[in-house]
Amino acid sequence: MENTHQVLLQVKDLKKHFPVFRGVFQRQVGAVRAVDGVSFDVYRGETLGLVGESGCGKSTTGRTILQLYKPTAGSVVFDGINLVTLKGEDMRHMRQRIQMIFQDPYASLNPRMTVGEIIGEPIMVHESAVTAKQIEERVAALLNKVNLNPAFASRYPHEFSGGQRQRIGIARALALKPDFIVCDEPISALDVSIQAQVVNLLEDMQQELGLTYLFIAHDLSMVKHISDRIAVMYLGVVMELADRANLYAEPMHPYTQALLSAVPIPDPRLEAQRRRTILEGDVPSPVNPPSGCRFRTRCPIAEIGLCDLSQPEFREVKPGHFVACHKVS
Amino acid sequence: MIINLLQAESSSAPQESLSGFFWRRFRKHGMALTGSIIALIIVLLVTFAPFFTPYTPYQQDLLNRFQPPSAEHWMGTDDLGRDMWTRVLYGGRISLSVGLLAMGVSIIFGSLIGLVSGYYGGWVDSILMCITEIFLSIPRLFVLLAMGMILRTLNLPNMSAGSFVPLSIVIGALSWMGTARLVRASTLELRDREFVQAARALGASDARALLQHIFPNVASPIIVSATLGLAGAIISESGLSYLGFGVQLPTPTWGNMLSNTQNQMTTAPWTAIFPGLMIFIVVIAINYLGDGLRDALDPRHITEKK
Repeated sequence: MENTHQVLLQVKDLKKHFPVFRGVFQRQVGAVRAVDGVSFDVYRGETLGLVGESGCGKSTTGRTILQLYKPTAGSVVFDGINLVTLKGEDMRHMRQRIQMIFQDPYASLNPRMTVGEIIGEPIMVHESAVTAKQIEERVAALLNKVNLNPAFASRYPHEFSGGQRQRIGIARALALKPDFIVCDEPISALDVSIQAQVVNLLEDMQQELGLTYLFIAHDLSMVKHISDRIAVMYLGVVMELADRANLYAEPMHPYTQALLSAVPIPDPRLEAQRRRTILEGDVPSPVNPPSGCRFRTRCPIAEIGLCDLSQPEFREVKPGHFVACHKVS
Repeated sequence: MIINLLQAESSSAPQESLSGFFWRRFRKHGMALTGSIIALIIVLLVTFAPFFTPYTPYQQDLLNRFQPPSAEHWMGTDDLGRDMWTRVLYGGRISLSVGLLAMGVSIIFGSLIGLVSGYYGGWVDSILMCITEIFLSIPRLFVLLAMGMILRTLNLPNMSAGSFVPLSIVIGALSWMGTARLVRASTLELRDREFVQAARALGASDARALLQHIFPNVASPIIVSATLGLAGAIISESGLSYLGFGVQLPTPTWGNMLSNTQNQMTTAPWTAIFPGLMIFIVVIAINYLGDGLRDALDPRHITEKK
């Protein structure tokens, strides 16, 4: 699984602002800066974890990469092709190689289609020469692959549990043998007992098919388990990016430190002893983010005259370890 | 392990086809079943009218004017001695045809405009909804009256028999707005649902997202508004014909039969009661039918209430 450092996806300075309209004449009065200048690379065959609090823009980042939202600025280069400039049919064609697994397995499957129709849909959309019989066979194979009974193809989604539905969603994402899958919190809506099952399935599929994942989550322990590298987002910006071991061993950004100190340790003695960094206050509004460093309003080490003046550069502090903080040298 | 258990559990559940589910649900809806049976009986009676009556609707018998209901004339006779039962049957042909045609026109218009407007949003939505508002603010009755007048003076070929076609189109063209708004609202909500996003993410075209994913999910409001529209169109036709601007005598419709009876209502009430009753029964039966369809067509209701 060790990556060969071949870049598959390069996100550069990606921005997505949602305009805010107000008044009788629907004048634009501002914008929600959901994603405000995000850059990272994803290497072929790896899993990049993207973590952050609710509303920090991680899902929006995933959807903007997929061009489900039109980016406000920036580029998304996938295997040498800039997706932002792709139009209509070309983009539709490109989607064969980039798939997505959604957060809510109850909302992401059309209640009026059978499981077979749902999983067969990407095949039908992209391969015009394929016959109904062939689709049926491939759907059966896919169901087998995600440990579901092929006979389920004629059933409707409401007849399944959350974990089963999520596996249907995974089968749909795998149908076209994509290179890259954006997993948008694929386990957050599931029971803890089912989460491991789905994560293991994702890992097995990655090994078998050589997939590359962007794994979006807010559960740090699960992300630690599945990711090779992890990016931490705060208020639309990536604060720190490092490989898994480095990030957990020596988090550099104060926000990452705070996040990690919030992860419970399953040992009451250690849990009682350790020092915690507890963040004060709430996440500021993305309509009107703080000047300079976005985290400065809650940062324990923020320095007036430095952190409120300019946005810290996202730089490589150690090989492969990127941090956006003025106080980290 | 867990996976196998789950599999065993759900595969042991009996499998039943969707249409089987549908019928089971629909049958449970007592009023809907009654409604559809009544509607079916009326449709059959009207379609095969000649088999249920020895008379023709135009056959006059001036010696037997204003006969009360009897074994010979089940619904009595009217001012020209024509058999009311026969005229009610033949009139139903026109009234139901107008209803169906007008409903078809308004549902097609309304669904298309609603789907496009809700899905694309933005200026497309603004323009289409503006048009909808304009149509809503047109005083329907007066346009219908004016159109009725124009249609009458145009003297189209086969006017007496076939004149319900333009009339129905006009009624339909003036009654799609409710459907359009309904469909737009549902589409707006569905557009942002994850399964539609999922379809777009996997590369489905706009047309596919609309027809395969959104349309089936707005089918229930469309069906309900179709049945209401059918009932409404029958009433519209009756109203117009009653005012003398719809289908012209001697071609019978339930509306113009009511109109024709105005002067005799007190002396021969049966001439008014029976056409009126027919309109009432048909409209109420169709409404209940629509209710039942709405509940039965939604697969989510099926398991919830199993």
